[in-house]
Amino acid sequence: MNVIAQQAPAPAPTAVGSVWLNVGIFLAFVALTLVFVYRASRTNKTASDYYAAGRSFTGPQNGVAISGDYLSAASFLGIAGAIAINGYDGFLYSIGFLVAWLVALLLVAELLRNTGKYTMGDVLAFRMRQRPVRAAAATSTLVVSFFYLLAQMAGAGGLIALLLQIPNSNRVGQSIVIAVVGILMIIYVLVGGMKGTTYVQMIKAVLLIAGAAVMTVWVLGLVSFNISTLLGDAAAASPKGDAVLNPGLQYGASPTAKIDFLSLGLALVLGTAGLPHILMRFYTVPTAKEARRSVVWAIWLIGLFYLFTLVLGYGAAAFVGAERITGAPGGVNSAAPLLAFELGGEILLALISAVAFATILAVVAGLTITASASFAHDVYANVIKHGETSPDDEVRVARRTALVIGAVAIVGGILVNGLNIAFLVALAFAVAASANLPTILYSLFWKRFNTTGALWSIYGGLLSCVLLIIFSPVVSGEKSVIFTTVDFHIFPLSNPGIVSIPLSFVLGIVGTYVGASRERVDPAKFAEMEVRSLTGAGSEKAISH
Amino acid sequence: MSATGEQYTGEKSSGTVYERIQASPEFVDLRSRLRKFVFPMSAVFLLWYLAYVLLASYAPGFMSIKVIGNINVGLIFGLLQFISTFVITTIYVRYANRHLDPAAAALRERIEAEA
Repeated sequence: MNVIAQQAPAPAPTAVGSVWLNVGIFLAFVALTLVFVYRASRTNKTASDYYAAGRSFTGPQNGVAISGDYLSAASFLGIAGAIAINGYDGFLYSIGFLVAWLVALLLVAELLRNTGKYTMGDVLAFRMRQRPVRAAAATSTLVVSFFYLLAQMAGAGGLIALLLQIPNSNRVGQSIVIAVVGILMIIYVLVGGMKGTTYVQMIKAVLLIAGAAVMTVWVLGLVSFNISTLLGDAAAASPKGDAVLNPGLQYGASPTAKIDFLSLGLALVLGTAGLPHILMRFYTVPTAKEARRSVVWAIWLIGLFYLFTLVLGYGAAAFVGAERITGAPGGVNSAAPLLAFELGGEILLALISAVAFATILAVVAGLTITASASFAHDVYANVIKHGETSPDDEVRVARRTALVIGAVAIVGGILVNGLNIAFLVALAFAVAASANLPTILYSLFWKRFNTTGALWSIYGGLLSCVLLIIFSPVVSGEKSVIFTTVDFHIFPLSNPGIVSIPLSFVLGIVGTYVGASRERVDPAKFAEMEVRSLTGAGSEKAISH
Repeated sequence: MSATGEQYTGEKSSGTVYERIQASPEFVDLRSRLRKFVFPMSAVFLLWYLAYVLLASYAPGFMSIKVIGNINVGLIFGLLQFISTFVITTIYVRYANRHLDPAAAALRERIEAEA
């Protein structure tokens, strides 16, 4: 049954593949992307170029870039690993991540493209009091980006251990590599702006999806394209047996775990359409129709990719085995790379590893440009300077902010290296779902929604999310990943979504009615927003060079 | 037809071009066609997703029933989530191309002609 393992002697867990091959292929990726970034830099002149790539990408191009932005290392390595170890429960993640795109497609993408300019704050500020709403939108954008960024950088350490064979004991070596990754990312963002970042994401998405497709066909070929055989092999090889095919291995233990899972599911499905770095991608296309086409492309690519990870996860369980995966330097995350080695030896491992590394780079670059745009455009230009600043000035501030964020990402990444802070990604989704999505939907669809409602919803969602996480079992107590010696947890769930998301929706309504006496809805402003959002009249046009 | 719309004939409203368009039957029709599609469809896919999540956590026995070989109900339902997502996407695109885009384009041209 275990076809491959019989042919190749099992390699020592710490030394898989060739470091120089891994590095070589990664450097080839960097060289290729730098060419595109450099070429993009020649047309990087205006604010619209820097933030929105001159709105010149086509729907399909942007769709590929969205998948590059969305399919983070957590998606690829994390989900394949989760399926290999916990079986069916790992699959549940990918379903939430995919279905979430329907919220973006049906309710958000096109209307947002028609009403905004560069950031989420643009849409909220359209018919409300600019300064408080922009400050709130920027705060939640920065919080989401920061959590997401740290989670990506923390994962880099494990990946380095696996790919460059720098062991976790060598903190200095790993820190240097994290710094190199950070510096590369800063170069992409500063030189290439949104256009350069988009090219990096597109190239990475193509490589990642192609690599996963090759491995999927390979795995299926080994089982004569019979899924049932693959599942049977995975169950037979797993210490947990048939349980890997059924739900409940990871989340079925207790009633609390079940509610926790529901909470996570809610955050995943409602969070995507509130992730600032995803929202910003809708501004890089010329029209709402292209925004729709980009989401359609993204849905197909992301959906296909998650189907591949299902095969890869069970493939890793069947052909690599849970013991070797958990014993490898990268732990659960090493399932996909180890499967690559098992199938195609050093070369396929090096390809997949380089792609996984490129993934961190591309996602972090996307987050950095979003956070810097939000600070420069919302906070600096509109809150501090009251909208009286030149676009050039704004871009200069955005570039400096990107530098600062890059430095924070490097230092933060080095500090949190090795900590299991995967919950930060779930938290980022929960904050996006509770702080961002309700206000976006209300301001697009609800005439009476006002500044007070927006502020209550954003700050209420943000604060409740962060507080519930601080007092959750992930941060303190026996099962925590941060403070195991003290226990101040009073909230039983590790994901706050089930409380904070409904709370934020309710706060938006209550705040609106409370504020209604002080603040009159401007019917002209609402008419302009509604007509523009549906027809695309007066929306930001593409620029051509 | 000045930008303020003062010379505009046939419309009693003195508001902006956007207010006049917002009150026009064509726009009201476009808005209701969009909402009649996206709101029920969102409710459908969210309920279907929630049902799936609840089944996975509270009815693992049902989800574990094997249907074909080692393929169980849970896996089939999971794959159906993928299929329903692809199907809803396709239906929406066809609906938007047919029933939303032409009306939106006509209104946009009217606004740009007036402004």
